[in-house]
Amino acid sequence: MQYHLTTPVTQEDLAPLRAGDTVLLSGTVYTARDAAHQRMMELLDKGESLPFPVEGSALYYVGPTPERPGEIIGSAGPTTSGRMDAYSPRLLDLGQAIMIGKGARNQAVKDAVKRNGAVYLAALGGAGALMAASVRELEVICWEDLGCEAVRKLEVENFPLTVILDSQGGDLYESGPAAYLASL
Amino acid sequence: MKTISAAVLTDTVAKLCIKANTSLPEDVAAALASFRQAEPWPLAKETLGLLEDNLTLAKEKNLPICQDTGMACVFVELGQEVHIDGDFEQAIHEGVRLGYGEGYLRKSIVADPLRRVNTGDNTPAAITLRLVPGDQCKITVAPKGFGSENMSRLGMLKPADGVEGVKKFVVETVKLAGPNPCPPTVLGIGIGGSFDKVAALAKHALLRPLDEPNPDPYYAQLEQELLEEINSLGIGPQGFGGQTTCLGLAIETAPTHVAGLPVAVNVSCHVTRRASAVL
Repeated sequence: MQYHLTTPVTQEDLAPLRAGDTVLLSGTVYTARDAAHQRMMELLDKGESLPFPVEGSALYYVGPTPERPGEIIGSAGPTTSGRMDAYSPRLLDLGQAIMIGKGARNQAVKDAVKRNGAVYLAALGGAGALMAASVRELEVICWEDLGCEAVRKLEVENFPLTVILDSQGGDLYESGPAAYLASL
Repeated sequence: MKTISAAVLTDTVAKLCIKANTSLPEDVAAALASFRQAEPWPLAKETLGLLEDNLTLAKEKNLPICQDTGMACVFVELGQEVHIDGDFEQAIHEGVRLGYGEGYLRKSIVADPLRRVNTGDNTPAAITLRLVPGDQCKITVAPKGFGSENMSRLGMLKPADGVEGVKKFVVETVKLAGPNPCPPTVLGIGIGGSFDKVAALAKHALLRPLDEPNPDPYYAQLEQELLEEINSLGIGPQGFGGQTTCLGLAIETAPTHVAGLPVAVNVSCHVTRRASAVL
């Protein structure tokens, strides 16, 4: 199935999604990689609020290449999500609804996805030019010193994604290869 | 004695950094196309098609193929009869600095592995120098992304593990990597040498075009067997399932110690980049 979703999303929006479905996502997506996640944790530890509204939000694990003059964004494919495993459950418990990246997640993240009715979506790894084509606006909202790891607010239109982890415990990285092998 | 100026070296490295990041080597693009043709699983075939669309779009929009424009691995085969007029290593670092700036490439290098402050210009380059006979200087820039680099492994096997042990280690590496290194991957495999040499062999193996088998028929056959075994695992493009898990692999070997069988697998992705020039 293919779903059209617009952020911020609710648990009800995400409930029908199953591993292997495709999503065309529109609206605001925030970017964050390792260093930005670490700083978010420091803010939370100090009892301060995050630099963006977390409820129903989508975080994209990406560090784009610099945009050329007159362009919105450079190349912008996903980075390996597993490096964010240490931070994601806490953010999901606070209301983050969508994680976008590529690669396997650990059990703690899978549990947090189920617990919160969230989803983990894959962007196409190594297809930075293709993923950038859906980005309409870009604004660095904090931690500019982190360079490519600074938090950016992106406006995306029909950003093409694939459901990896769904709220029912589905995992495309297990079911996809298994289905192919069973077809032989 | 032939003289090559440091400025020419810098200019060449800068151009190669940009070229490598915006156009895929022909052999890698051809492998992607031929695996897409042969892919029996519809989702996998579609995914491979999107990866090809990305190559076209990158060219049209003058964008890097992948946002991880990598650590600049620079391989130099320097003729013994060449004199470099200036500081050789500085000239290469300067080329990387210029190329990553002018090419709007991502700066992904931190100055210290634990204190992690970005150098801001993607320097230093990772330079591998080999002195060779002659009066030419061949430079290859192979930007290496770390999504795949992080999935690489090195093992000090026992001689008794033999070729089966090596195969098991390589296949295990691919299974452990799963969807993380952006499959379909390309693998550089080193066998033999010492702890440090085997990793260098694996890295160097990634420079060999995918349509060139190992010149030794024994290893050419091993390459073929490994590729078939890996492409029967079912991981598929992006780990979504399918036949195409690996586009190609190259084995490089070196003499080793009676007591050892080092093996290293340097994992690379479908955006395995390299560009060369001869001065």
